[in-house]
Amino acid sequence: MATGQDIPPDMEPVYQYPESLTSRFTHYCPGCTHGVIHRLIAEVIDELGIRERTVGVAPVGCAVLAYDYFNLDFCEAAHGRAPAMATGIKRVSPDTVVFTYQGDGDLAAIGTAEIIHAANRGELITTIFVNNAIYGMTGGQMAPTTLPGQVTTSSPGGRDVRMAGWPIKMAELIGVLPGAAYVTRQAVLDVPGIRRAKQAIRLAFRVQLAGLGFSMVEILSTCNTNWGLSPLEALEWAKAHMVPYYPLGDTKVADAVRALMEQA
Amino acid sequence: MTAKGMVIIDENRCKGCGLCLAVCPVHILKLADGRFNTRGYRPVEITDPEACTGCAMCAIICPDVVFTVYRRRARRGQPAPPPTG
Repeated sequence: MATGQDIPPDMEPVYQYPESLTSRFTHYCPGCTHGVIHRLIAEVIDELGIRERTVGVAPVGCAVLAYDYFNLDFCEAAHGRAPAMATGIKRVSPDTVVFTYQGDGDLAAIGTAEIIHAANRGELITTIFVNNAIYGMTGGQMAPTTLPGQVTTSSPGGRDVRMAGWPIKMAELIGVLPGAAYVTRQAVLDVPGIRRAKQAIRLAFRVQLAGLGFSMVEILSTCNTNWGLSPLEALEWAKAHMVPYYPLGDTKVADAVRALMEQA
Repeated sequence: MTAKGMVIIDENRCKGCGLCLAVCPVHILKLADGRFNTRGYRPVEITDPEACTGCAMCAIICPDVVFTVYRRRARRGQPAPPPTG
């Protein structure tokens, strides 16, 4: 937010604080990309002019306090149940724009059933899925998305896939369901990637506004604290290790969504 | 004033993560030395305001919405380029 500094008359704003964010300081660790993703969602909601009719559903995990940070109507769901709650809100109030904001512990572990069935039913909701390959809030334990060999507090010798299975690729999994209209995986690890992620979030909301079906944006994110890296090193680690396993790009674009993309 | 751009830093929002330092193409951002904001972090500072191009890369990478960015309107009545992002 601007301070009392004088702005020369020929200067035009190119970046301003989004209206869809409150002025609260977030509790996220320094350098955590949750903040970037919050901001992108808020910018998209501002630009689409839907703030007054958008309802968010917060998860359990690091983003559990998201309702404090978005200047929108918000609900808090039981762990993993955000898609079920969003389904109810959207069906009762079809004019609202409903999105869930979920981490990998919430969406890919305890809430796997909810997200798969919500997507398969083609619920007109949008899910923002933040994948940082670890349980952040509880202290850095192994998540379903933790990479093979990745050291966490509960896999001190590295994830052993013979015992713990393979990291789960949610975007691919949801992408095969007929109810899902638009599913993509993006990353917020550098400026071009952040720009693409914002375009994807915008398209996901437009898919909902057009009533085309379920939309999900998986976003590769960082957890520098639990990875034991600096914020900058964490971005590089994610690029070097997460992106090869979780390839970026669309895993589902329904024909109707393709038509929507062409409308710009 | 010849700077093409201008950033306003909301110092108390800054957590000193330093991501903006890495993306600034003209390298004019640094963390404060021996000075802290109200939350105990070393906030980002601008070293050479005249060099700012108003590209808004700092604002795009910032997880804490610290930056407000302005860009000088192009001459001959042409509007400034649209906001990035």
